[in-house]
Amino acid sequence: METLKAQKKDSKSQKAIRITGAEAIIHCLLAEGVDLIYGYPGGAIMPVYDELYKFQDKLTHILTRHEQGATHAAQGYARVTGKVGVAMATSGPGATNLVTGIADAQIDSTPMVCITGQVTRSLLGSDAFQETDIVGISTPVTKWNYQITKVEEIPEIMAKAFYIAKSGRPGPVLIDITKNAQFDELDFTYEKCTGVRSYKPVPEPDISAIEKAAELINNAKKPYIVFGQGVILGKAEEELKALVEKAGIPAAWTILGLSAMDTDHPLNVGMVGMHGNYGPNMLTNECDVLIAIGMRFDDRVTGDLNTYAKQAKIIHFEIDPAEVNKNVKVDVAVLGNAKETLGQILPMLDKKEHKEWKAEFDKMYQIEYDTLINKDIHPTKEGLTMGEVIEQINVASDQKAVIVSDVGQHQMIACRYAKFKQSKSNITSGGLGTMGFGLPAAIGAKMGAMDREVVAIIGDGGYQMTIQELGVIFQHNVPVKIVVLNNDHLGMVRQWQELFFDRRYASTVMTNPDFVKIAEGYHIKSRRVTERTDLEGAVEEMMASKDPYFLEVKVEKEDNVFPMIPSGASVSDIRLK
Amino acid sequence: MEKQWYTISVYSENHVGLLNRISGIFLKRHINIESLNVSKSEIEGVSKFTIVVFTTEDWTRKIVGQIEKQIEVIKAYYHTDDETIYQESALFKIASHLLFDERQIQNIIKESNAQIVTVNREFFALAKTGRRHEIDEMHDALEPYGIMQFVRSGRIAVTKATMPISEILQEFQEN
Repeated sequence: METLKAQKKDSKSQKAIRITGAEAIIHCLLAEGVDLIYGYPGGAIMPVYDELYKFQDKLTHILTRHEQGATHAAQGYARVTGKVGVAMATSGPGATNLVTGIADAQIDSTPMVCITGQVTRSLLGSDAFQETDIVGISTPVTKWNYQITKVEEIPEIMAKAFYIAKSGRPGPVLIDITKNAQFDELDFTYEKCTGVRSYKPVPEPDISAIEKAAELINNAKKPYIVFGQGVILGKAEEELKALVEKAGIPAAWTILGLSAMDTDHPLNVGMVGMHGNYGPNMLTNECDVLIAIGMRFDDRVTGDLNTYAKQAKIIHFEIDPAEVNKNVKVDVAVLGNAKETLGQILPMLDKKEHKEWKAEFDKMYQIEYDTLINKDIHPTKEGLTMGEVIEQINVASDQKAVIVSDVGQHQMIACRYAKFKQSKSNITSGGLGTMGFGLPAAIGAKMGAMDREVVAIIGDGGYQMTIQELGVIFQHNVPVKIVVLNNDHLGMVRQWQELFFDRRYASTVMTNPDFVKIAEGYHIKSRRVTERTDLEGAVEEMMASKDPYFLEVKVEKEDNVFPMIPSGASVSDIRLK
Repeated sequence: MEKQWYTISVYSENHVGLLNRISGIFLKRHINIESLNVSKSEIEGVSKFTIVVFTTEDWTRKIVGQIEKQIEVIKAYYHTDDETIYQESALFKIASHLLFDERQIQNIIKESNAQIVTVNREFFALAKTGRRHEIDEMHDALEPYGIMQFVRSGRIAVTKATMPISEILQEFQEN
């Protein structure tokens, strides 16, 4: 506690109230503006649940059917609202079940606070019932974590947890609280944390770096922007759009950057990466200045680093100094919050159009469209495609829905073809690639954006990893629209087996249950589509429903996702088939 | 890129979980910590990790970036051997009769500038401070006579250049 001294700026003296640690935790959550948490009770967290019962008019607790679901729901909520998601669990297995979601939030920079109960202080280290070292286990996958063993620590540590989770590059924080600290009493006052000595969330922008970047951009003949989630997290969507339009620069998204810019914007040229668009990948190796904004050059984006944009000067707008020169050596690093740095560079940029350069993207899009996009979204072959389902959802939702995807082929198809007009609308597990993310994340997204349609696109594999969360949808009548694109395979792995393992389909063929009957078991309206003629009507019916709705679409079993950059190959080795 | 010795100096808050966080950064990247020392620093309440690695500058820079990202880390630096003044310490436990039976042992003690820390009927203990190779030489010289116990500390180092931690802390306070 003597470590990490929070700086208390305005210490207006509140009147202390004498309460238990468990009640203090509730007051901390309320003070941080939390009104919704996801979790699962158990022995070591019961005092807090007892307080949740008393405070249920102010703080809603949603009982997920598995702790992993609680983390993904909190993530979905955080991603759609920009607020901190909160998940709670008991010690031992409750805590370890959070780990996947925490790791997912860490790699995708999602603000989340997880609260776990722990055995009483005197039992620590005794291998007590449901004791596990969750602080040790979660250390590599949290932005920060801490074990509270004394009741007096609760207000300051909880304040820090929220501050750290949401400031700078956001991430997950885990707070483990021993049972004695929940039962004991303290004189409670609460002050929000405004800073932590030793932690600088946002680096100071360096004006000379911004000037250098502006000069490179102004002199560029073939400038190219790749934008990531940093734009969304930094609330820099308007600044990005203004920059793109003023400097006339074609811009492509990473999977987590998707929806930061209107997908129909004429200068939005598509997606980069393994299953991204043809032009954005090919032309990465043709541009003369590559402007990376709030993205981290993930291997799925860059392919082989030795052949990635070697001809280009690279500018990296980034909030996290550790990301600069981590994977790709850059010529100019512009540190800071994207909203601030893009705002600063904008007046320095010349107004330009790069018509010929943009035409190269258009030409490549036409090639991709003729070769595969048209066949994906307007197929004439017999079997249904994933692409045509996404296209129907675009039409029926007027491109206004939040699309939550799971992981696999359907995810790549959703990210390729879903259209967005509004930011924070594409929720997917990008970095960790967590199958099972989709259904619980959609619950959180819907609860965070009740005024919007939330459509979960899930494969038959990932669906069965967290299918139990249908219980939450049923119990709370959460009106999410669930679309399972069922090809009776673990499709992405099967695709790799087909292409790289001589079609040895090891453990990728699924004998599936009757998904419609399962949904009916939860009293969720449901429908199965096996014929193209029924698709449009079914999607319209789903979108029109005021209640939760489950739609299973039986798609072609052995369709592949193209284009594709084979693992380890260059972005310019992208295959159209 | 060529591998060489780097000394990483980490100034941090004294936080119980931080060692675990820092060692995890090396573990994840399969980079061996050659030596590790944690102590107080020149600033009250600020701890100092001195970590020695044998790797490329590129990896060292990336590791330092990841270390600095940890919430409780105030600042991390890396330096080459040329840029630091560094020492290690070692203790040798040797059977006392050898001091009388093997005349050469006294010469080794003298030549290596080692200190006799304690002597009793069963054993005596020698302390030696110096560079790694000096300690290794002394170890090799004594080994034929039999060493009952040997231990060498991690490297401790100060840098030739300044590490302005007080100023950085001041900056944190102001922001």
